[in-house]
Amino acid sequence: MATTTHIADRTPGPKRAPASSHGPLVIRRRRSARGRRSATLTVLTGLVLVYTLLPLVWLAINATKTQEGLLDSFGLWFADDFALFDNIGATFAYNDGIFARWLLNTLLYVIAGAGGATMLATLGGYGLAKFDFPGKKAVFAVVIGAVAVPGTALAVPTFLMFSNLGLTDTPWAVIIPTLVSPFGLYLMWTFATDAVPREILEAARVDGAGEFRTFFGISLPLLAPGIVTVLLFNVVGTWNNYFLPLIMLKDPDWYPLTIGLKAWNQQAATTGGEAVFNLVITGSLLTIVPLIAAFLLLQRYWQSGLAAGSVKE
Amino acid sequence: MAITRRHALVLGAALTMSFTAACGSSSGGAGDSGAAKPATTVSDADLQNALNTGGTIKVWAWEPTLKQVVADFQAKYPKVKVDLVNAGSGNDQYTALQNAIKAGSGVPDVAQVEYFALPQFALGKSLADLNAFGADKLASTFTPGPWNSVHTGEGIYGLPMDSGPMALFYNKEVFDKHDIAVPTTWDEYVAAAEKLHKADPKAYITSDTGDAGFTTSMIWQAGGKPYTVNGTTVGVDFTDPGVQKFTATWQKLIDGKLLSPVTGWTDAWYKGLGDGTIATLVVGAWMPANLESGVKAASGKWRVAPMPQWEAGGKATAENGGSSLAIPEAGTNKNLAYAFIKYANVEQGVQTRIDGGAFPATTAHLKDPAFLNKEFPYFDGQKANEVLAASAGQVVGGWSYLPFQVYANSIFNDTVGKAYTSATPLQDALKAWQDASVKYGQEQGFTIQQ
Repeated sequence: MATTTHIADRTPGPKRAPASSHGPLVIRRRRSARGRRSATLTVLTGLVLVYTLLPLVWLAINATKTQEGLLDSFGLWFADDFALFDNIGATFAYNDGIFARWLLNTLLYVIAGAGGATMLATLGGYGLAKFDFPGKKAVFAVVIGAVAVPGTALAVPTFLMFSNLGLTDTPWAVIIPTLVSPFGLYLMWTFATDAVPREILEAARVDGAGEFRTFFGISLPLLAPGIVTVLLFNVVGTWNNYFLPLIMLKDPDWYPLTIGLKAWNQQAATTGGEAVFNLVITGSLLTIVPLIAAFLLLQRYWQSGLAAGSVKE
Repeated sequence: MAITRRHALVLGAALTMSFTAACGSSSGGAGDSGAAKPATTVSDADLQNALNTGGTIKVWAWEPTLKQVVADFQAKYPKVKVDLVNAGSGNDQYTALQNAIKAGSGVPDVAQVEYFALPQFALGKSLADLNAFGADKLASTFTPGPWNSVHTGEGIYGLPMDSGPMALFYNKEVFDKHDIAVPTTWDEYVAAAEKLHKADPKAYITSDTGDAGFTTSMIWQAGGKPYTVNGTTVGVDFTDPGVQKFTATWQKLIDGKLLSPVTGWTDAWYKGLGDGTIATLVVGAWMPANLESGVKAASGKWRVAPMPQWEAGGKATAENGGSSLAIPEAGTNKNLAYAFIKYANVEQGVQTRIDGGAFPATTAHLKDPAFLNKEFPYFDGQKANEVLAASAGQVVGGWSYLPFQVYANSIFNDTVGKAYTSATPLQDALKAWQDASVKYGQEQGFTIQQ
């Protein structure tokens, strides 16, 4: 049925329908839009899906191979030996078990950095949305401007600044810059503007609640979807952060997973270095597992978070 | 591979590389600072004293055998703590080192610096001149190639850790299968390349997509001297006859599509070395350790032969790769640092590293019968060190790298890389590299002789 309407839509006819038939035409269009299937769109979506999933499939398949199997076998199918669990064991055992340390470092940077950034963005965004003060427009301009500056451009000046403070090669050098998230602040600001009605705040104040009680008791639950959204952005950003730790850290004991895995990968290209492509691939797979878990767990909140505030009632 | 961030690295390198070179141009350079050698100011007794007093030194190095050296050193001198840090290999480490030097904090006491990169740091006055420790007395300890490489003018800016005299590594199984003789000259090498690729279209004599270290080493062997360095006066000339010898031969391989289009040191490259589609490597003597750990599949198939020659019966080789241990000028405990690099590169540490698979730069070890007679199971019992040690004594003298070679190498693929992928002749591509290097040198304040 859907196909017939589709074809009917495309049958040649007068370009402009007479005014009298305008009503039924709209109804027919709406119905057809709901049931329409386009082969082109399906193929296109399928292509994008394959393009997106293929690297993941490759990663999962190749994590099951030994170093030799990796070089001998076809990339998109399994080798004869299934070495996934050996590889996972070897990944955690290699270099005196430094992978576990990198994992913990990454968690530290995510909890302290992304968590802290989300907290600051929530407090700041709420304050900017709900309180009026002179210079608010200037703050707005600064925040929007800061969103436009890519982190990479700030890396070298940040490095020199932290170096003068004597903080390079310490976890602080990764955590402190991560705490600043202009995009998160901006997102919380717009979100709080709509999600927390001024009337509720006024009612609470009239009832005698202090600002802290109002914030924690009333505003925070209303802000939850926005907080989760900002948290997710920050977690993903911090988890994948590469350039900042690359220039700040030299001590492998403080590397996050991204830098550590690259060091393992690069080892294949040095004199006397051991090629451990199988461990790099298994390590990469292990690295994305927590991110996938975070997405699946927070997805529900995130979706409602994106939609909230987009429609005025 | 899943994770390569080469672009980010090049950006980082480009941003920071200007720092040292800029320092170099303003300070006049070490080479022309005077003919008088700096007097020895630190005696052996001072070094012994530093070892007895103890302390902590930070060492930035990626060389894997140093781990055992550090353990032995700490056992011998219990009051000394060596903090061995792998701050990234090659360019990553140089970027980090230059950042630290520029920032004035976090500078290690000892750093691994490859020979090609040493002049850049030396001229920037970033490294201590080891003449102050009497390093000039070690001339007979090391083979001429690496010993020459640690010098800039009269200054000695590192102690040679390993060396890379070149040899021909070849897959005997592939050669036997197609009845190809092991080439002794470069003409024979080209002929072997043609025969092999004709017999098996999937197989190539070697892979090359443009590698600065390999190209300069080949020009070195051909007697070319494209770089002349005298303090801050630098000459770059890729039209010299030695360069042309190399380009004429290599162009034949490029034109005949006889080079595997696989980039070196990638997973595909390791794969090719294992399955016989990359049949030879002309590379430094440190390669056995990499073959043993990275290409296990081809164990027993590979052999080592002398490097092919430009003239039949010739005996000329070049260095490829190799690193020194150097002491940054900003390091805090130089006496202890020197005591450590002497232990690692002159004393007991050398044997420890050889046992771990490294190729030494010390004459005594290269003549040691135990070293020469070692049979490599990977090479089916061949005494590979005999070939490699012979090469160490035949390195062509008088080669020098640019005082901004780290930068020059980083742009090699943007310029010379084109010769491998388009119709640009290799000789013209090298001219483009020359122009780009000259431009950068001038921007950094070097006097360029054209």
